[in-house]
Amino acid sequence: MNETPYEIVIGLEVHVQLKTNTKLFCRCSTKFGNPPNTQTCPVCLGLPGALPVMNKKAYFLGMKTALALNCSIPKFTKWDRKNYFYPDLPKGYQTSQFDLPMSEEGYLDIKSTNDEFEPRRVRIIRAHLEEDAGKSIHDEAAGKGDSRIDLNRTGTPLLEIVSYPDMRNAAEAKTYMQELRLLLTYLDVSDCNMQEGSLRCDANVNLHIPADNGVIATPIVEIKNMNSFRSVERGIAYEAKRQYNVWQETGKVLGELPKQTRGWDDSAQVTRAQREKEESADYRYFPCPDLVPVIVTDQQIEEVGRDIGELPAALRERLETEFGLTTYTSDVIVNQGRGLVDYFLELAEASGDNKLAGNWVQGEVLRILNEQEISIDTFKLSAAQLAEMLKLIQSGDLDSSKAKDVLAVMLDSGKSAAEIVKELGIEKVDEGDLEDLCKMLVERNPRVVDDVRGGNEKAVGALIGQAKKENPNVNPGQVRQICLNIINDI
Amino acid sequence: MSIINKTATEQLALLQSREITSVALTQAYLDRINQVDPAVGAFLRVESDTALTQAAEVDRKREAGESLGKLAGLPIAIKDILCTQNTPTTCGSKMLENFVPPYNATVVEKLFSADAVILGRTNMDEFAMGSSTENSAYHPTQNPWDTSRIPGGSSGGAAACIAADMAPLSIGTDTGGSIRQPAALCGCVGLKPTYGRVSRYGLIAFASSLDQIGPLARTVEDTALLMEVLAGHDSLDSTSVDTPVPPYSETVHQPLQNLRLGVVEQHFGKGIDPEIEGAVKQAIATYQSLGATIKNLEMPHADYGIATYYIIAPCEASSNLARYDGAHYGYRADQAEVAAELAEDGSDEGPLVRMYRKTRSEGFGSEVQRRIMLGTYALSEGYYDAFYLKALKVRRLIRQDYDNAFEQVDLIIGPVTANPAFVKGEKTSDPMTMYLEDLYTVTANLAGVAGISLPCGLTKNGLPIGLQLQAAAFQEEKLLRAAQMFQHATDFHLRRPELL
Amino acid sequence: MSLTRQDVEKVALLAKLKFDDDQLDRMTDHMIQIVEYVEKLSELNTQDVEPMAHALDIYNALAEDEPRPGLTREAALGNAPKSDEEYFRVPAVLGE
Ligand SMILES: [Mg+2]
Ligand SMILES: [Zn+2]
Repeated sequence: MNETPYEIVIGLEVHVQLKTNTKLFCRCSTKFGNPPNTQTCPVCLGLPGALPVMNKKAYFLGMKTALALNCSIPKFTKWDRKNYFYPDLPKGYQTSQFDLPMSEEGYLDIKSTNDEFEPRRVRIIRAHLEEDAGKSIHDEAAGKGDSRIDLNRTGTPLLEIVSYPDMRNAAEAKTYMQELRLLLTYLDVSDCNMQEGSLRCDANVNLHIPADNGVIATPIVEIKNMNSFRSVERGIAYEAKRQYNVWQETGKVLGELPKQTRGWDDSAQVTRAQREKEESADYRYFPCPDLVPVIVTDQQIEEVGRDIGELPAALRERLETEFGLTTYTSDVIVNQGRGLVDYFLELAEASGDNKLAGNWVQGEVLRILNEQEISIDTFKLSAAQLAEMLKLIQSGDLDSSKAKDVLAVMLDSGKSAAEIVKELGIEKVDEGDLEDLCKMLVERNPRVVDDVRGGNEKAVGALIGQAKKENPNVNPGQVRQICLNIINDI
Repeated sequence: MSIINKTATEQLALLQSREITSVALTQAYLDRINQVDPAVGAFLRVESDTALTQAAEVDRKREAGESLGKLAGLPIAIKDILCTQNTPTTCGSKMLENFVPPYNATVVEKLFSADAVILGRTNMDEFAMGSSTENSAYHPTQNPWDTSRIPGGSSGGAAACIAADMAPLSIGTDTGGSIRQPAALCGCVGLKPTYGRVSRYGLIAFASSLDQIGPLARTVEDTALLMEVLAGHDSLDSTSVDTPVPPYSETVHQPLQNLRLGVVEQHFGKGIDPEIEGAVKQAIATYQSLGATIKNLEMPHADYGIATYYIIAPCEASSNLARYDGAHYGYRADQAEVAAELAEDGSDEGPLVRMYRKTRSEGFGSEVQRRIMLGTYALSEGYYDAFYLKALKVRRLIRQDYDNAFEQVDLIIGPVTANPAFVKGEKTSDPMTMYLEDLYTVTANLAGVAGISLPCGLTKNGLPIGLQLQAAAFQEEKLLRAAQMFQHATDFHLRRPELL
Repeated sequence: MSLTRQDVEKVALLAKLKFDDDQLDRMTDHMIQIVEYVEKLSELNTQDVEPMAHALDIYNALAEDEPRPGLTREAALGNAPKSDEEYFRVPAVLGE
């Protein structure tokens, strides 16, 4: 798969906006999309004299996420200031966590759905809490005129999840992001809305290039501003090629250049060097004297752990082993989120047929959800209603192709499957009658018989059409098979 | 005897018995301010109109029989470092010349609900950085005992207005001695509470882990009265501590039995003025005569206080003062001048960064800039461990000295300053000598314990001498009771400067 | 550790301050003097000493996640040196 003359080494820093009502250090709303500068107070404006107070919910949402990422939770954690000047950072420092983060050393397992890479365990260095900055709006003609600053977002709680550089290609990075997002959705700790910036990703990327005397590493570049899964994949792929070209031109290796920051330009599909903020690179971290440390007990950690529920990886495993679904089907269902999984579990239970339930959820139900652009929560059909229909399929009273029609009517009318079957006049055709019908059709169509015997099996399709006219309830597959048998027996 | 020569406690009694009105009392102080403040310069702004309005409202409430707060009708002066909604708050800096906070400091709220009458804002060293009030961006404050001398600082205005009878009560802040040192040099009482005892919400930060708001007054009794209002837990300040507030004003008159006082050898080392040493030793003798026992204490790290302080405080300040960059409030350098400068020196740093730098260089005075520089340096890569981290460790050692001390004694007794008030300009050229003003006071801030300064004599030249008592965390009650024992036995607190 | 004029200039850049030549000389002198003084801390052996960042051992000051009214936009922008009806305005980051 990896045919490049180098290996890409990728570590991701993901910023997750936690689902709280209020900001990390003040009680301003975190709502997205309100008019600029209408969600501020002395604290998040960084006014002289204002003091921060830590949001309890943010801390525990952070802990829940960290536990789900298999991190350990230190009993003692504290807050530090990261000092730098920027107009979207009114205090002149970001309150973050430096040497004693709230969690450390976890992992997230990823696997490819289409065999793009081998399953991989991506280790996590740490997940820590910090506050978001505000929004700067720069004039299009850069440098002309003022920048406008909106501080509504300033102070929104973020969990920064930092991975080890364990990923080896862009697809892995993209899958890691997707799997992480799915996990966060199951945990219900974040809206995970990438357009609104509640899930953001920076990637540290460099190359390992095999050489005669070992491996050459290129200088590390941090790519910022990748706001979709696709841009994560493309940004990294672009950057790898760029670095390889630069290395071929300059021969510069790790240690010979400082870490560079590049922004992903989604419209141009390139990464661009960001202005070196050389003088700002020294953040002078130190413990925030205005915030006090948090100490947690084993009991508190256990309590949060109990609240986590079943996570995607475990669910996939369960749907395969306990319910006998294929890897593909269980992946599709689990990746849609907890809602669809619950729907499936209910359907399986009510219908008594796990595989049939899995196929219908993964197939027709999901197709309709996508078509209507809705989620399972607003799907009109309850699992119990659908189960009724599945039972008709199981008993042979309804065949799969007709069942789709029945499902459509159920959605429209809200009537039960049995009622609709009756209304549509769908009846099970007696096998003897079907044999007779097929015999008659074969006799009536000598040309079809000749064609089939001449090797053109498809010609039998004409008989199926005629059979449906004679009796709309016939099963096309059955007609086909019986007719072919008769012709071959001639 | 004029009404303004009475103590706040006496005035409160007269207000309560309706022998005087708050309007009359407030007017008397406004008249006094008009008369003497041109020579003292204790105030940055006198808020006559709002003060008289507040006073009239208290009088009305009293007349109507409505419930009143603990300071009802008493005038008070506030150091210009506490944010007050819709009222300019400058912190003695050009940077905040036009700053009008949209919110109240918790302490200001407390004063409002205690029905106090705010007379105005007192002068201070810019951002509370200094020991002489010469670093105010507006004007210096003179010591009422000798107007050629400094009043101490940074709460110089707060102490001078008490000494000159321009207010019965005032509020200061103490980061390394900024309440106790000016109280000592101006001959009044100043209390630095335990860290966490009084909410810092709305106090414009200098060094957050050291700053503490406290009362100044003429007497210990008055100090206790004000302290009772200021103290208490505040959910808006994470470092505020939730422990009950004793009724200081009631218990202050109860003498302490079997009082054990500790004396620290280093406090009487080289450099201390003999007159100060004499007065403090006399005060110790007074306590002995009141039944106290004296114990010599080992505080081996006391001499490292200033060095520790001048790392930690600037480090925190460098970060706390980063917010003054001209972007969201406060002073901003002229945009056209920024552009012209950039064009002239051909720098590529861009208009934003140059605006920051020009704003901060023009908006901050030189002492503030020096401390920002020191703190930035001490936190920067390669120096953090040697300076900041080292200082945090020595801070722990200093705290352990205190812990050991308070296992043996109730209070530590000693001088507040090594010398009486110095002549203006004497120490401005040499920052280190100015920094040493806080030699005896900084350790209390580093350890977080409480300290009080009270008058214990006058020099031959008629300059006040301060006595310092220090107590373990949250032992303000003990501190006030012991201080009251001394005032009960002496009359130093009744002496007044011959001003006008 | 001896502090040079160049060091001071670098620190000024970090601190977003700007000095002319005289100021830089004076600042360098003062900083050298102060740094020399505070270096007396190196006399002390602090190997096993726990650093003390807070004056008191306070923990777990946590607030409930309940919104409280903040400032109106007018109040938020009220002290801004430059603003429009909606935003704070600052000079462009980069310049032309
Ligand atoms: Mg971060
Ligand atoms: Zn806020």
